[in-house]
Amino acid sequence: MPDISGAPILEAAGLRKQFGDLVAVDDVSFRIPPGRSLAIVGESGAGKTTIARMIVGLERPTSGTITACGHDRSGPPRSARDRRRRAREVQIVFQDPYTSLDPRQSAHAAIDEVLRLHHGWPAERRRDRIAELTGLVGLDARQSRALPRSLSGGQRQRVAIARALAAEPAVLILDESVAALDVSIQAQVLNLLADIRDQAGVSYLLISHDLAVVRQLTDEALVLHCGTVAERGPTARVLDNPQHPSTQRLRASVPRPGWKPRYVHPSAGR
Amino acid sequence: MSAVPLADKARAPSRAQALLRATGPAGIASAIVLTVAALAAVFGPLLAPYDPNLPNLSLAWIGPVGGHLLGYDFEGRDVASRLLAGAQTALLGPLAVVVLSVPVGTLLAVTAAWRRGASDAVISSGLNILFAFPAILLALLAAAVFGAGLPAAVLALSAAYTPYVARVLRGAALKERTQAYIAALEVQGASATSVCLRHLIPNIAPLIVAQATILFGYAMVDLAAISFLGLGVQPPTANWGVMISENQAGLLQGYPLPALAAGACIVLVVIAVNVLGERLFEQARVARR
Amino acid sequence: MSDPAQPGALRSTGTASRAPLLEVAGLSVLLEVNGTRRPVLRDVSFTVAQGEAVGLVGESGAGKTMAARAVGRLLPAGAHVQGSIRFGGTDVAAITGAGLRRYRTQVAMIFQDPRAHTNPVRRIEDFMTEALRTNHGVRAAQARDRAVDMLAQVGIEDGARRLRQYPHQMSGGMLQRIMIAAALLIKPRLLLADEPTTALDVTTQAEVMAILDALRREYGLAMLFITHDLDLAAAICDRTIVMYAGQIVEVRSSALLHANPLHPYTAALAAARPDITKTVHRLRAIPGHPLSAFEAPPEECAFAPRCAHTRDVCRAAAPGVAELDGGLSRCARAHQLRGQLQAVPNA
Repeated sequence: MPDISGAPILEAAGLRKQFGDLVAVDDVSFRIPPGRSLAIVGESGAGKTTIARMIVGLERPTSGTITACGHDRSGPPRSARDRRRRAREVQIVFQDPYTSLDPRQSAHAAIDEVLRLHHGWPAERRRDRIAELTGLVGLDARQSRALPRSLSGGQRQRVAIARALAAEPAVLILDESVAALDVSIQAQVLNLLADIRDQAGVSYLLISHDLAVVRQLTDEALVLHCGTVAERGPTARVLDNPQHPSTQRLRASVPRPGWKPRYVHPSAGR
Repeated sequence: MSAVPLADKARAPSRAQALLRATGPAGIASAIVLTVAALAAVFGPLLAPYDPNLPNLSLAWIGPVGGHLLGYDFEGRDVASRLLAGAQTALLGPLAVVVLSVPVGTLLAVTAAWRRGASDAVISSGLNILFAFPAILLALLAAAVFGAGLPAAVLALSAAYTPYVARVLRGAALKERTQAYIAALEVQGASATSVCLRHLIPNIAPLIVAQATILFGYAMVDLAAISFLGLGVQPPTANWGVMISENQAGLLQGYPLPALAAGACIVLVVIAVNVLGERLFEQARVARR
Repeated sequence: MSDPAQPGALRSTGTASRAPLLEVAGLSVLLEVNGTRRPVLRDVSFTVAQGEAVGLVGESGAGKTMAARAVGRLLPAGAHVQGSIRFGGTDVAAITGAGLRRYRTQVAMIFQDPRAHTNPVRRIEDFMTEALRTNHGVRAAQARDRAVDMLAQVGIEDGARRLRQYPHQMSGGMLQRIMIAAALLIKPRLLLADEPTTALDVTTQAEVMAILDALRREYGLAMLFITHDLDLAAAICDRTIVMYAGQIVEVRSSALLHANPLHPYTAALAAARPDITKTVHRLRAIPGHPLSAFEAPPEECAFAPRCAHTRDVCRAAAPGVAELDGGLSRCARAHQLRGQLQAVPNA
């Protein structure tokens, strides 16, 4: 993994994305120091996923810059080698476990393909690395060779995580990656992500609307509202003492023991 | 406390039984018809009991007698032998059309779906223009340019069918393109070609195969019509469409068997192929995840 | 240990004074999958009193959606139903024709994905007024007026304009409010809400939950609220039922559920959630994965392999239902574990 001590592992400056007349993201900047994790929270439509897609290269920013591991990635990659180098800097795990794997490929084959893409290793070494990765994410030999349709949602997400890690990225973007999982499975995957972070030193960029997950996994948080940064700071501070009304509203909407939703009837005069 | 039994294992069918049930009697009949047709196409001329091309006018129009199950045609040739010999061109023609139009259509569809934007617009417009020409008209054009015969007819039909294939596959390719696993591969730095060839196309392959079988049926009918019109296979080469044309006089004179027999062969094979294509299409639709 | 098939056993959670509107007894459902019959619900019994809100909580395979569909008579074709479902005293599990239509005028269902349950080529007013016009014989103009009123009740002010619009012109949250309004329009006695807020973001969820709660109380409707979120159920339901592997494992008043759960699964579920107020080193994850009814061995406790409190008695036989502390628990060691299952803060 590239080691650039001191410099941020991921930095965005003045990010802006416009779709026709609609401004999805406006002047968003942040930086993630190596070994730290950042959460981007906000309501749907706030622009969180658009930012993730821009960082990973699935969308191009209208303006602004993105730098990962010291290399600029705001424009399109210049060559196949450039594309692959960017893949080894930032990877992503998507939300839906049911569409993020090729239905015709086992975990073993999917990870093997990634390894062949980035390294010219002999089959033996690739096999060992695949065993390492699947072991890391808690998949046994049968699950590693099985097709996705025989795997549960939680197991599929583990495969997606292993595949992303096969590229040995410095930054892993988790785009609502645990939102579609059962509570008990979500806890297992969150623990796994914490283990990976501690062992491999990967930095996480967590996109989530689930504030409890954000609290558990990240150091810093950035609150988006209508495409702009409403608030930012250490996760604990932002959640315990929200300043911006949008953050306060988010925080107050989270169900917890003793929580009751409040509704003011329109006839009572809103 | 609870007396509800677990999965009733005794009733679980084997894979073979399930496949048989899914195919149904129609599917099995179709498979049989197509196997016979394929065998006839490959071994037809060898299996023919009598020479399919030797005319003998003194035997013209004689009905079924002795070893001639279907009688003689308008030139005194054994109808059954001629059917067997004609299977070759009757089936190879559509096969060639499918082999040409499906890959080209797939390539256009996937390119349009992958690049979207301007490329998609250009390809779609081009295909729409080609759509405007009916197959028979293109066959006429091809015959005028290249001379009447099977190759010209095959070329014309391939050109006519390509936009159809491309349009159907473009929709499926677009849908597949937006799946998260394709995005994951892009993020891994894989090239567009590699992703399309190794992931996108294999995942729409069942649909491609289903389309190919349906097209085969259409091509058979169109080629028979083209041959009937005299623009395709030229007599005296045996061909089912040509046989209908050659023997059409018999329909009015009380000797319908040669023409009807040839027509029946075409109809049977087309139905069988359609049933098969529909089954495959259903499988493709249902087996999505 | 009480027999859950007896309705009396289930009215012991403080609602004995209210007559039961819905009585489900010994409900078992099997589905045909590829030629085999698989159980999805095993011997489920519960009641919902008039005007009472009951939460049905569980993970994948628990059977909560199947239970709601069984009550709503919306099971897929080929489903085998055993047991009884009594609504207002009448068994509705097998009725058809006019009886079924009458039943449907009293039970309304709200689904998770409103877009999947609205016809995209029909206007909102068609969708909202259809039941009124068809089953209740209300004239179109009158039905439209009632619809506008109800839209205002769910916080949609320009109802007349919205009625003329199509589903794709609405956001998910607004469409779900319209679904609620449509359900309330026919004045049902029971609402079945199947994860109505799962597809919405958290602030919209809070709004929709608030509307649902307020209007339900105002109209005195009973509600069966299905969700995977324990805290969400506790927010608007008087009682919560927890399901696992196609069975009910706990019934408890919502106020007590978090502080004093009776079944180890409920406690484990609550403990597995990350806490928004603090970070812990590692969450207390439940090992293994949630079972469906057909995966669970019938002669032992379905949760035993994943439970921290398993003893031999748990594997000896399928546990019966124990009544204690005003609730029910399907745990062989319920009495022994009493008071010890508080959702312990993550270490």
